Amino acid sequence: MTLKTTSLNAVHRETGAKMVDFGGWDMPVNYGSQIDEHHQVRRDCGMFDVSHMRVVDIQGEGVREFLRYLLANNVDKLTLPGKALYSAMLLENGGVIDDLIVYFMGECWFRIVVNAGTADKDIAWMKKQAGEFVVPHPNPLPEGEGTQSIVITSRDDLAMVAVQGPNARSKVWSALPGSKELTEKLIPFSAAAMDSMFIARTGYTGEDGFEIMLPAKAAPLLWTKLKDNGVKPIGLGARDTLRLEAGMNLYGQDMDETVGPLESGLAWTVDLKSERDFIGKAALLANPPNQKLVGLLLLDRGVLRGHQKVHTAQGTGEITSGSYSPTLEKSIALARVPKDVAIGDTVQVAIRDKLLTAQVVKYPFARNGKAVVSL
Amino acid sequence: MSNPSNLKYTASHEWVKTEADGTISIGITQHAQELLGDMVFVEAPAVDRHLKAREECAVVESVKAAADVYAPVSGIVTEVNGELDSSPENINNDPYAAWMFKMKPDNAADIDALMDAAAYQAVVDSEEH
Repeated sequence: MTLKTTSLNAVHRETGAKMVDFGGWDMPVNYGSQIDEHHQVRRDCGMFDVSHMRVVDIQGEGVREFLRYLLANNVDKLTLPGKALYSAMLLENGGVIDDLIVYFMGECWFRIVVNAGTADKDIAWMKKQAGEFVVPHPNPLPEGEGTQSIVITSRDDLAMVAVQGPNARSKVWSALPGSKELTEKLIPFSAAAMDSMFIARTGYTGEDGFEIMLPAKAAPLLWTKLKDNGVKPIGLGARDTLRLEAGMNLYGQDMDETVGPLESGLAWTVDLKSERDFIGKAALLANPPNQKLVGLLLLDRGVLRGHQKVHTAQGTGEITSGSYSPTLEKSIALARVPKDVAIGDTVQVAIRDKLLTAQVVKYPFARNGKAVVSL
Repeated sequence: MSNPSNLKYTASHEWVKTEADGTISIGITQHAQELLGDMVFVEAPAVDRHLKAREECAVVESVKAAADVYAPVSGIVTEVNGELDSSPENINNDPYAAWMFKMKPDNAADIDALMDAAAYQAVVDSEEH
């Protein structure tokens, strides 16, 4: 199978990136040392090619009502243009189809960014739901014209570059004249358009910064301008350890269609209190979770990895994501464990032929340049 | 970095150096450390343990993945490199100096049967193509 490539592929190769098959995409895993790249983002700033992620525009007059039904989080929280919201998209049975960010562009236009590996499945699901979702028109219309259609467009023409780190915003401002005036006042989780670019103060590292969506053919020039302003390229390897330290879920590892958001640490994104109905709500109300996602800090020497079994006083759980934390210089993990396991508990993790001791901690582990768990 | 010609090699990417006292030092090759990336943990075999040739006896873990290390020949573990506990990155920085453990081989002739640098390079080249 031929791997898919982003418009920055040649640039990565010229830079000497180590390229890997990343869910069907030919992507840079690192450009040298993954740990150095991790520290570069925590301490200064770096840029990631995340063009494999998919931008989906949803337009039409009934879009807000459609998204109120489609997403577990409530888009009514989005009142100002450019504001963003993190949400899960659920199956009827409460399983997670994907996690995503939805941006409010205007009353008839919302923009959603979904994961690369799930994009086609997500769009098919959205289209199916939109077809079944009929919004009554506010004014009576002649027979046959009484409904609004929702248009779902996969923006395969767009690339996305994430610039992350304490110095990310100031370096973007030097690289892109005019961007400071437009984006300086953006609060976290909001965005502004500049020419053909859409600049969002969002990310997946636990650091400040921007995610910039722009026409794919313009991405190499943006990359060069950022590089000329001292922004170092960072591979997807460091992106994974940064997001894990920041306690951010990775779809396909920390949750998928077989588990719900409440057992995936996403209760804060699910609106079960309001009257609003949404896909999966009835299942979530009918099935209170008996597991939850917690952080683990390995006290013994070794490295926690996904799928290792976690033995607790309340029963067995499993690590969903585990790695070495360059910031803490210890191994950390997210694990799904019985719901009565408490922060501070000591648990045993089966690694090869040994049982190693780990402590249950509240995550995130590190954000904004430093450790935030007590060691 | 080329593979030193005074060392012997295995298809599972260990290097073997014969020391003056007849013991052998074992580490992992440049190719292996490059594949694994930044090392963060090394688990060496216990001293005095008897290993059989090609037995799994140690583990190296990078940020990315864990990999087994195999005994190149049969023999007894005589010493482990404790420095790697606190500085596993030595393997990345200088793989042919960062020995993991030493063994006293049961049969010194077993070493001669291992690959030389050229034969090992052919193994690496075949993996890359």
